[in-house]
Amino acid sequence: MASITLKINNKNHTVEADPKMPLLWAIRELVGLTGTKYGCGVAQCGACTIHMNGLPVRSCSIPVSTAVNKEITTIEGLSENNSHPVQQAWIQEQVPQCGYCQSGQIMAATALLKRNANPSDKDIDAAMQGHICRCGTYPRIRKAIKAAAQIMSQKASTK
Amino acid sequence: MNTEINEHKIFKVSRRDFLKTTSMSMSGLLLGLQFSCTDKEKNLTGNPSAVFSPNVYININGNGDVFLIAHRSEMGTGIRTSLPLVMADELEADWSRVKVVQAVGDEKYGDQNTDGSYSLRMFYTPLRKAGATVRLMLEQAAAKEWNVDVSECKAQNHEVVHTSGKAFGFGYLAEKAAALPVPEESMIALKDAKDFKYITKQSSIVDLKDIVTGKAKFGLDSKLPNTKIAVIKRNPEAGAGLKSFAMEAAMKIPGVIKVFSMDAPGFPTNFNKPLGGVVVVAENTWAALKGREALEVEWLPGINADYNSLEYGNDMLKRAKTKGKVRRSSGNIDQALRKAKKIVEADYVVPHLAHAPMETPCALAHFHDNTCEVWAPVQDPQGTRKSLAAALNIDITAVTVNVTLLGGAFGRKSKPDFVVEAALISKEINAPVKIMWTREDDIQHGFYHFPSAQHVKVGIDENNNVSAWLHRSVFPSIGGTADPAAKEPSGGELSLGMIDLPYAIENISCETQQAKTKIRIGWLRSVSNIQHAFAVGCTLDEVAQARGVDPVQNILDMLGADRMIDASVLGPEFENYGEKLEDFPWNTGRLRNVIETVREKSNWGKSLPKGSGQGIAVHRSFLTYVACVVEVSVDENSKIKIIKVDYAVDCGVPVNPERITSQFEGGAAFAASLALKSEITVVKSAVQQSNFHNYQVARMADAPYETAVHIIDSAEKPTGVGEPPVPPFIPALCNAIFAATGKRVRKLPINLKEEVNL
Ligand code: FES
Ligand code: FES
Repeated sequence: MASITLKINNKNHTVEADPKMPLLWAIRELVGLTGTKYGCGVAQCGACTIHMNGLPVRSCSIPVSTAVNKEITTIEGLSENNSHPVQQAWIQEQVPQCGYCQSGQIMAATALLKRNANPSDKDIDAAMQGHICRCGTYPRIRKAIKAAAQIMSQKASTK
Repeated sequence: MNTEINEHKIFKVSRRDFLKTTSMSMSGLLLGLQFSCTDKEKNLTGNPSAVFSPNVYININGNGDVFLIAHRSEMGTGIRTSLPLVMADELEADWSRVKVVQAVGDEKYGDQNTDGSYSLRMFYTPLRKAGATVRLMLEQAAAKEWNVDVSECKAQNHEVVHTSGKAFGFGYLAEKAAALPVPEESMIALKDAKDFKYITKQSSIVDLKDIVTGKAKFGLDSKLPNTKIAVIKRNPEAGAGLKSFAMEAAMKIPGVIKVFSMDAPGFPTNFNKPLGGVVVVAENTWAALKGREALEVEWLPGINADYNSLEYGNDMLKRAKTKGKVRRSSGNIDQALRKAKKIVEADYVVPHLAHAPMETPCALAHFHDNTCEVWAPVQDPQGTRKSLAAALNIDITAVTVNVTLLGGAFGRKSKPDFVVEAALISKEINAPVKIMWTREDDIQHGFYHFPSAQHVKVGIDENNNVSAWLHRSVFPSIGGTADPAAKEPSGGELSLGMIDLPYAIENISCETQQAKTKIRIGWLRSVSNIQHAFAVGCTLDEVAQARGVDPVQNILDMLGADRMIDASVLGPEFENYGEKLEDFPWNTGRLRNVIETVREKSNWGKSLPKGSGQGIAVHRSFLTYVACVVEVSVDENSKIKIIKVDYAVDCGVPVNPERITSQFEGGAAFAASLALKSEITVVKSAVQQSNFHNYQVARMADAPYETAVHIIDSAEKPTGVGEPPVPPFIPALCNAIFAATGKRVRKLPINLKEEVNL
C-alpha cells in the first residue's frame, strides 16, 4: 500500500493503493469517477481509455504508480456541459446505443482529432481498431468523428 | 421466452404505491431535464403537492411535471425512450417537461421481461390507452372548472385549451383530475395517426447526454457506502462441484476480507442458479482479483466432464444426414426427391457463441434484516425478484430490484444467476457487495448459443420449379439447461426460421435429431433464427443457381402468390412468437414488399468490379419482415470487406424510426461478428476462449462500412427490431461472397482459406 496522488481533470486526489493496481480501478473505485469503463482488463477493448499527458491510454493496463505526476483526463473532464466538439458530434449523430463503450470511443476520437484534424477513413480505422462496440455503432462513430473534425475546423476559423 | 399477453387494464393505484416506486427509482436513473413552469397567472400550475396518477405508468404533479415510467429494460434498443414517447404523445405532454423514471421489478407494471423483441408489440396500444386516459381526465377536469361540455376542451401541448381560447396548464389541473373517477375504457379515444407528434417522428434517446459525459449509470457503476467487491472462481465445467480449496495465500493479499465456498447446482443448472465455486470478497476489485489468483482449488468432475464441442458437432453433423423425427411435413418428400431433375444438397455448421456484452454481468446487492435490495443490469426484473426471494428464502415483497442501464445484454442478462450470487454473498458477509464478472468469467461461464448442424436437400422438377424441401436441424435445446428430459429442439425453437418456412413447396419435411444439452445454453439475439436463416438463406441462393434464375427472382418465385399462410400448412408445432396467427398473420405479401424494396434501393444487379458481389437473404422473425442485401469485396488474400448493407424493414408502425435504423445498423455489425469472427469451443467441458483476443468480435474495419435502412411506411401493429436484423444478414453476406468469389460458405465463422467439405 502506498499513498498516491493523481491529478485527474485538473484536480488532485490522494488515494491509498497497491502501486500495481491498474489505474482503471483507482479511478473508478478510489477516486469515484465511473465514466471510465471496464470491458476486458487486458488492453483489448478500449472501454477504459483515458488521456495521460494528452495521449490515449488503456487505464486497465497501466499501474496506478505510473500515473503519478501525469495529467490525467477522463470522460468527465472533457467538458463541463457536453460542449466539447466530439461530444457535440456524438449527440448530433446519435451515436450511442447501450452507451457502455462510448466513453472510451469518445476519448480515443478526441485524441485522434488532436493529432489529426482531418482524419481519413483509414486513419479512423487505425485509431479506432482497438475499440469494441458490441452494439455496433461503428458507422455512426465514423460519421461523428468526421462531424467533430468539421465543428473543430469551424471553431478554429471563427477564432 | 414468455410472450403471453396480459390483460392490460387501466387501473388506479394508490398514491403511496406510486410514490414509493418513484422515489426508489429516483435514486437510480433520472434524467437531468429542466423543469421551470410556475406561471400562476395563466393557471398553468396548481397545488405543488398534488399528485395525479390514475395508472401506474403516469404521474403529474402540481407543477405540471410529468413523470413517465419506463418499465422495460434499456440495453441499447432505445425502449426507455420509445415507450414513454408513445405515452407522451397520447397525453399531449410536452416532451421537454417529461421525466422518465425507471421502474423497479413489480408485477403491477405488467410484463417486464425485456427479451424476444416484443416490448412495442405488447405495450404500444396499452400505453397509448394509458396516455389517452390521462388526457381525457385532464380535459374533463378543465370542463368541470369552466362548467362547459368536455367536447369543447382539448389537451394540447401540456395545456387544456377551451374553444374560446382560454387554457389551463396540466399542473393546475392535476389535483382536480385526481378527484375524478377513471373513465371506462369505451370512452377513451386514441389519436389519429395524422396527429402524432412523437410517434413515427425523429427523436433522440433520453440518456444521450448522460452517456457522452460519462454520467450514465450502468450496473457496474452502482455503489452504496461500505460496498465490498466479490469475484468467484468457478468450476470450468458448468454445474460441477468443488473438491477442496486452500485460501491462506489469498487471505494474505491486502484488502481481501473473506474467502468461502458457494454450492454448485449440478447439471442441468437451471437459468437462475449461481454456478457456485470459491468466493473472494475484498475492499476493491484489484484485491479481489489478486486474491482469486492466489487460490488453490481442486474441482470435482461432473456429468459432462468429457464434453468436447468439436466431437459433439461432428456427431450432430453425421446424424443430420439420416432420417430424423418429423416436425413439419406435407406431400411425399422421398418420392419428390426421387423424381426431381436436379438436387441441391448441403450441410451447415454453426459453433457455440457467447453474448459478450460490453458490460460484463455484475450486480450490487444489500441483504439486511431479511430484506434484499439490488441494483443490477437485468433484462427480467420480475424474474430476478422471484429468483432472489427463492434463493434467500424471503418473501417476494422483501425484495427490491432496481434496474440500472444495461451495458448491452443480447439475452445474457435475462438470466439472473449473477444477481443471486451478489445477494447470497451480501447475506454471508452482512454488508453491501458488488459481484464483478471479469471478461474471462463472462466468456468462460456463459449461457452459450447452441452449436448446430443442419442438412438441407432440395429437389427441382422437370418444369424448373422447386418441388421438394428437406431440412434437418440438430442442436441441443435451451430447455436442456433446466430440464434433463429436454433432448430435442422444441417447436418454439424450430419456429424460429425452420418450420415457419413460407415458401410454396408441395413436398416438405422438417426433421430433428436428439442432442443432449451439456453446457449452459441460452438465447442469444435472434436465437435459433441464426442458424436456420443461415442454412435456408444460403440454400435459396444455391437453388437460384441451379434453376439458372436471378437470386431475388428465385425467392419471389418460391414465395408464390401473396397470401396469409394457413396454420394447417405450418403444422401443429408452429408457434407464432407467442401471438395468434389471426392477430399477427404470416403475410407473404409483406415479405414480397420488403424484397422488392431492397431490390430497388440496393440497386440490385448493378455492375461491380471483379472480386465484388451482392447477395440477398430475407427473413421474418419476431413478426418483423426483413430483406437484406450485402455488398462485399474479397481480395486475393481472402480478406472480406463489407462495403454496403441495405435492409428493407416492415415492422408495422415505425414508432421510433431513428432507433429502428440504429438497431439495424448495430444488428448488421453484431451479425458480422457471428459470421466472420466468433467461435466458442469446449474441450473436456472447459471453454477454450477467454477474452477478446481469442473470442473475437467485429471491430470498426470488419463491420459494414455503410448500412442503409429502408423502413416501410406501414400501418400494421408495431413489432420489434432488436433481433430481426441479425438472421438475414449472415446468409446475405455468404451469398455475396459467392457472387464475388464463386465459393460457397457452409460453416461459421467464415474462413475462406479453409477447405470445407459440407
Ligand atoms: S478494459 Fe481496458 S482495454 Fe478493455
Ligand atoms: S454502444 Fe453498446 S457497446 Fe457500444
